[in-house]
Amino acid sequence: MTDEIPEIDSASGSGVPIRGNDIDTDQIIPARFMKVVTFDGLGEFAFFDQRYDENDEPKDHPMNEPQFQDASIMVVNANFGCGSSREHAPQALMRWGIDAIVGESFAEIFAGNCLALGIPTVTADHETITELQGWVDEHPDADIDVDVENETVTYGDTTVDVTVDDAQRKALTEGVWDTTALMKSNADAVAEKAAALPYVDD
Amino acid sequence: MSEGTLYDKVWEEHTVSELPTGQTQLFCGLHLIHEVTSPQAFGMLQERDLEVAYPERTHATVDHIVPTSDQSRPFRDDAAEEMMAELEQNVRDAGINFSDPTSGEQGIVHVIGPEKGLTQPGMTIVCGDSHTSTHGAFGALAFGIGTSQIRDVLATQTVAMEKKKVRKIEVTGELGPGVEAKDVVLEIIRRLGTEGGVGYVYEYAGEAIENLDMEGRMSICNMSIEGGARAGYVNPDETTFEWLKQTDYFQENPEKFDELKPYWESIQSDDDAEYDDVVTIDGSELEPVVTWGTTPGQGVGITQPIPAPEDLPEEKQDTARMAQEHMGVTPGETMEGYEIDVAFLGSCTNARLPDLRRAADIVKGRQVADSVRAMVVPGSQRVKAAAEAEGLDEVFKEAGFEWREAGCSMCLGMNEDQLEGDEASASSSNRNFIGRQGSKDGRTVLMNPRMVAAAAITGEVTDVRELKEVTTV
Repeated sequence: MTDEIPEIDSASGSGVPIRGNDIDTDQIIPARFMKVVTFDGLGEFAFFDQRYDENDEPKDHPMNEPQFQDASIMVVNANFGCGSSREHAPQALMRWGIDAIVGESFAEIFAGNCLALGIPTVTADHETITELQGWVDEHPDADIDVDVENETVTYGDTTVDVTVDDAQRKALTEGVWDTTALMKSNADAVAEKAAALPYVDD
Repeated sequence: MSEGTLYDKVWEEHTVSELPTGQTQLFCGLHLIHEVTSPQAFGMLQERDLEVAYPERTHATVDHIVPTSDQSRPFRDDAAEEMMAELEQNVRDAGINFSDPTSGEQGIVHVIGPEKGLTQPGMTIVCGDSHTSTHGAFGALAFGIGTSQIRDVLATQTVAMEKKKVRKIEVTGELGPGVEAKDVVLEIIRRLGTEGGVGYVYEYAGEAIENLDMEGRMSICNMSIEGGARAGYVNPDETTFEWLKQTDYFQENPEKFDELKPYWESIQSDDDAEYDDVVTIDGSELEPVVTWGTTPGQGVGITQPIPAPEDLPEEKQDTARMAQEHMGVTPGETMEGYEIDVAFLGSCTNARLPDLRRAADIVKGRQVADSVRAMVVPGSQRVKAAAEAEGLDEVFKEAGFEWREAGCSMCLGMNEDQLEGDEASASSSNRNFIGRQGSKDGRTVLMNPRMVAAAAITGEVTDVRELKEVTTV
């Protein structure tokens, strides 16, 4: 019925630092770009209002800088992705080229949406993240390896421990992050559950 | 881990299976859908050759993009028309009930679910919208989901979730005059932080919560997500049950009320329930709260000084500095007197009938300041009709407010209702993020509906408790 879901043990590529706490999904993808019935083409609108002025002229923003154009690992601070549940936010980042996000912390719905797309959201403390962001600035072309299975991030000669939520790690590394088929296979149990609920009519 | 709470019981009641990831496969009693986050999910179903498993447990409306001025079809905005047409097609194909604008029952999804009696205690409720937490006011476990999860729910009526911790937030005492549910929740977020609720579900309890009407409880649960908590709830009680009786479902099926009431009572948190955390707030000390910054956690009592960034915890200082620069506010001063250009009374937080009544009380006999563009956007067509039956529309219009059709409107600026340039808005909505109301230079000050009314009259942020008596006109 569905294609095999890939196992995601790790992600690697060069980084892009996005600094600031409480970066909300309205910043990641402004609502006016959500008047669409598919997610295709959202990549160019990621962080649009941070990246362009009122005349659509580029502003200073890491995602506009030439050295970060091939980045696939985003390095962020605390409570990243707070606010709206719009999956358009991780969809836009993914379509811009992001494969994994390393940060201090993530808003819950955002992290869940990333998982549904197979994008790891791994966390580390403020000092570790700040150091990594600084390193990315100095080494924009160098790879960062995000090891989901072993919960480490390696850059240059440094390897740091990071945290990957248990369910997220299992889902990614065992290739069960797309849950539709898995849950569909329990259809009988679902029907039984529905029938047992007092508010569900027969 | 928590034990014996409403959350534990409703979770248990809806558990279908344990997934290999350790997540729980949870049955969803009600799936609400709207035009912005569902079309891609229907597209994914089609790609996988799947059908909607439980169309009768799914309900649709249109709210985010719907114009609040002229709703005749086709909509003036082509993109909005396309989204509307797509939703119409999807619900028709799947056999899903749709409260469309011709039904007289259209409105913001979190207003119409309760109105129709779709929202019930002890249910699990999901919707592709973070403010789904609103429905927790009825003792439901309700949370926002992303589009891939909408696909899961459409295909299976279940969602994969990890169980969260439960924090009880006890608001003691009586709220003072002029203090509303909105102020309580803004204060909770100010104290616990915008990320304080991550990993938690919030149970709101205590005298101040119990004394709120259902609309007040909805305002509080609505903004749980602004505090990082994906869901928040109030235990159902007689206030809840009386409100439910008036809804479509129980008007049409009165026997269901008695049939279900024992279940609703059974899922209330036990007296000796165990919580992962308990926070107590003295409700009698609160005053109207307004935001000075660009996150809902950056709030302050109306008579209190705006904090200096260096007085805040270190991790909040940079955000505060940027926010104060954006808003053009000065630490040490209060928000009183902050000039506004727009007054927006609307949104899933504060656009229900009692919200409009309280604001109308303030507006009556007064005039909107010349410099202010003021609008009321009722939460649903029914709220609008009920308000008109009471003559509230005339009160607002005579004062100089625009009286609009139902929708999300300027809460998120997806239709033509938007801030322009660096306009400042006094808003009864839930988010003051930069760009949220449609202009990236726009400035949003969140507050309760009566405070919005007061600001519309004076043209500046005003302590509604200090508003001068209306002199004979």
